[in-house]
Amino acid sequence: MALLEVQNLVVEFPTRRGVLRALDGVSFAIAPGEILGVVGESGAGKSLTGASIIGLLEPPGRIAAGQILLEGERIDHLPHAQLRRIRGRRIGAIFQDPLTSLNPLYTVGQQLVETIQTHLPVSAAEARQRAVQLLKDTGIPAAEQRIGHYPHQFSGGMRQRVVIALALAAEPQLIVADEPTTALDVSIQAQIIQLLKSICKTRGAAVMLITHDMGVIAETCDRVAVMYAGRIAEIGPVHDVINHPAHPYTAGLMAAIPDMESERDALYQIDGAMPRLDAIPQGCAFNPRCPRGFQARCRTERPGLIAAGATQAACWLHDPASGVTA
Amino acid sequence: MKSTLYRWFDSDVGHSLRASPLAIGAACVAAVCVFCALFAGWVAPHNPFDLATLELSDARLPPAWSPEGSAKYLLGTDDQGRDILSALIYGTRISLIVGLAGVALSLVIGVALGLLAGATGGWVDGLVMRVCDVVSSFPAILVALLIAGVARALYPDAPEGIAFGVLILAIAFAGSNGWVQYARTVRASTMVERGKEYVQAARVTGVPPARIMFRHILPNVTGPVTVLATIQVATAIITEATLSFLGVGAPPTSPSLGTLIRVGNDYLFSGEWWITVFPGIMLVLIALSVNLLGDWLRDALNPRLR
Amino acid sequence: MSTPAQPLVPALASPLVRAHDLAKTFDVSAPWLNRMIERKPRALLHAVDGVGFEIARGQTLALVGESGCGKSTVARLLVGLYAPTRGGFTFDGQDAHAAFQGKEARALRRRIQMIFQDPYASLNPRWRVADIVGEPLREHGLVTGKAALEARVDELLTCVGLSPQDMAKYPHQFSGGQRQRISIARALATAPEFLVCDEPTSALDVSVQAQVLNLMKDLQRKQGLTYLFISHNLAVVRHVSDHVGVMYLGRLVELADKRTLFSQPRHPYTRMLLDAIPKMHDTGRARTPVQGEVPNPLDPPPGCAFNPRCPHANARCRAERPALHEAGAGTRVACHAVQEGRL
Repeated sequence: MALLEVQNLVVEFPTRRGVLRALDGVSFAIAPGEILGVVGESGAGKSLTGASIIGLLEPPGRIAAGQILLEGERIDHLPHAQLRRIRGRRIGAIFQDPLTSLNPLYTVGQQLVETIQTHLPVSAAEARQRAVQLLKDTGIPAAEQRIGHYPHQFSGGMRQRVVIALALAAEPQLIVADEPTTALDVSIQAQIIQLLKSICKTRGAAVMLITHDMGVIAETCDRVAVMYAGRIAEIGPVHDVINHPAHPYTAGLMAAIPDMESERDALYQIDGAMPRLDAIPQGCAFNPRCPRGFQARCRTERPGLIAAGATQAACWLHDPASGVTA
Repeated sequence: MKSTLYRWFDSDVGHSLRASPLAIGAACVAAVCVFCALFAGWVAPHNPFDLATLELSDARLPPAWSPEGSAKYLLGTDDQGRDILSALIYGTRISLIVGLAGVALSLVIGVALGLLAGATGGWVDGLVMRVCDVVSSFPAILVALLIAGVARALYPDAPEGIAFGVLILAIAFAGSNGWVQYARTVRASTMVERGKEYVQAARVTGVPPARIMFRHILPNVTGPVTVLATIQVATAIITEATLSFLGVGAPPTSPSLGTLIRVGNDYLFSGEWWITVFPGIMLVLIALSVNLLGDWLRDALNPRLR
Repeated sequence: MSTPAQPLVPALASPLVRAHDLAKTFDVSAPWLNRMIERKPRALLHAVDGVGFEIARGQTLALVGESGCGKSTVARLLVGLYAPTRGGFTFDGQDAHAAFQGKEARALRRRIQMIFQDPYASLNPRWRVADIVGEPLREHGLVTGKAALEARVDELLTCVGLSPQDMAKYPHQFSGGQRQRISIARALATAPEFLVCDEPTSALDVSVQAQVLNLMKDLQRKQGLTYLFISHNLAVVRHVSDHVGVMYLGRLVELADKRTLFSQPRHPYTRMLLDAIPKMHDTGRARTPVQGEVPNPLDPPPGCAFNPRCPHANARCRAERPALHEAGAGTRVACHAVQEGRL
């Protein structure tokens, strides 16, 4: 059974100009222990998806339709008190900026112990022991002493390790990581990514890794979902999505990334820009920019996820009834 | 191309105004006051300053709805037969003008000094800030009293223009209610804007520093100042009223609301309550409506609350 | 002071920009009173500590490094936003620092322009695009009359792929990529020869980044521009540059042409940096991450700045600071191990 299942999630923002659909029918599942990457450009809705799952959607945004199931139970409509119990205990969160993720007024140890004691029935002494062990597991040297330090006494990379320790403190089954390495240097990024991978594999926690960096996805994830304009454009095993993208947007994205191997004069560019929320085209959201937009159907009917080889793509090209070879 | 008025009306700020009945109410009251003040000559039923029209026999008449009142004087008359309603309208005009002028002077001094301090830094910044600290360490009303009182004591028969000038100056320098707060706010905003890349781009192009200060930075630091100024109009009006009440504000020939309140105070215990109460109510109405407007403006302009 | 040995560029073409021993130190000490009371020493930040390179006309030199390496400071030194505390650079043969202080400042500023990283902060939010792009033209008196100004702004906007109607709009009406195009249009207004680009695409999405990078390469070809391209993204650098300089804690550790640097990196830091980049098409392969973190720039290690993290460091590395020296194939490396042949 899937650990997390999102079914037809719709998130809306009522504004005075009308209701904006930031997420429009997002569906995917995460198996226990799996690392799923959610990739997309800014405005695609990936952070919103993460926020909805953790239950941190900022009002006036609200879940208008769909369900989020954690181990078969619905969590999207729970009252605050119950949601708080789930958050931290069964779902952990890592955010982008390690500086603001930690309370500057409390020591690292105090924050860890607080999280542990909130969710696990342990004594203060045992909580402290667990905290030290967590810091050691996340690779912070001299954990016994550093547990009494304040966040500002750690460097950027170390702080992100502390944030990871905090996320793992209550031994959650799922970790939602929203751009955990974007604010870090390349060399630190490599360290953090490897830490995330190893520690999640050893503890059996599944990870939903949200990022715009395809390279990070390639190295870390088992499966990846590519988002565009609030919808999933393609989802599948990471190797297949990157090397044999089925959706024209994914293909364009892959081609636009400058990579270290090939030598090209001009990068492939997808003309235009992602549509604004109040101007999403009818039918397939990508159709105005799509080099393969081939029939009127793309402009009128919105495609669901269709099987396309090893992946699933929301594109009419792969509809066997269309009679077109992709 | 939509007209500017329509664009403003349809903007976030316009919508915020339309959505808040309190703000609309406050705006209406303020608008009525301003209208009366501008067109006092046509709105007021009598001219309280024209000695020829005063009739002593009509002195101390209660408001029109009382048994002894007369419809000619809607809110009653004072001890010299002046119509309270008309005196109110003219008094409002004085109060508003003095209040707005005081804030305007504060703005000019404060914004200029704040820009200078923020953009230059170094010892200039230090000097301006120390001056601010000193000025704001005095209680607001005391400084105003000092300036206005001393001036009145030295030149009791100064012409009306000078008297008002001194009054406006007193309000502008009234401790932390005066120019000091604008200077501090603008300085902080200037220091933020100075580090932004569009300012650096202008420096790379070779734009002289003075032009950067006035054409690039100034338009971007006026936001918080607008809100402050609106709320401060109320404070300025009340400061002026206080000074007038104490006898060192508006000259007696052009009584403001404060003067009227003081005059009426003497008759309060002999039963003629209307001479002081109505100017008091008017003062409260103006101050309240301007304050509410300022509050609403601050929330409307705050992008995070939208 | 490192003597510029064999230049990387052909002897015939004299470089447009030549920096030698460029250094910038910031005084970040606590205020005097605090220092007196708490007995704190003066704190000096050596943001840039002796950097030298050449850029030939029409070419692109990229400076890469992680945060705190001083590449942004170098960029600001080259456009005259900071004055160097030591050393300097020549532009087209003349001493640029002296020119920035003197009467030729205006003429020099016409020839050197800059593009910034943050598309949201690099345009004045209260000005219309026409005014933003037209400001350099008005400032230098390059066009007279409103009609001529509008025509030139028109031309510039079309050049960067925007429409002339965009002239009347405000920056907040544009997306990040479009704002960066407006920045480029503004930079090109005075027809400069040298453009310093400080991470121009770091804040942009991948697909928009591709558009802007293509545009910049296109403009370079058409107008013969010379670029100094600052970035932390090695893949982007590989795409746009001709020569690459790697910086670490304010010093240049390696300077080579692009192909050599990416195929045969010599300096240990360069190697680690290249290895740290996620490889897209080689999924699942584990990288060997770099050990440690960048040290505090206020307190750099003695000798070679990289020695605490370097697997090849020896006693000499910990004591003596290496100078940039020739290492064959036009590469310059600042490393004792390379010089001694240990690497």
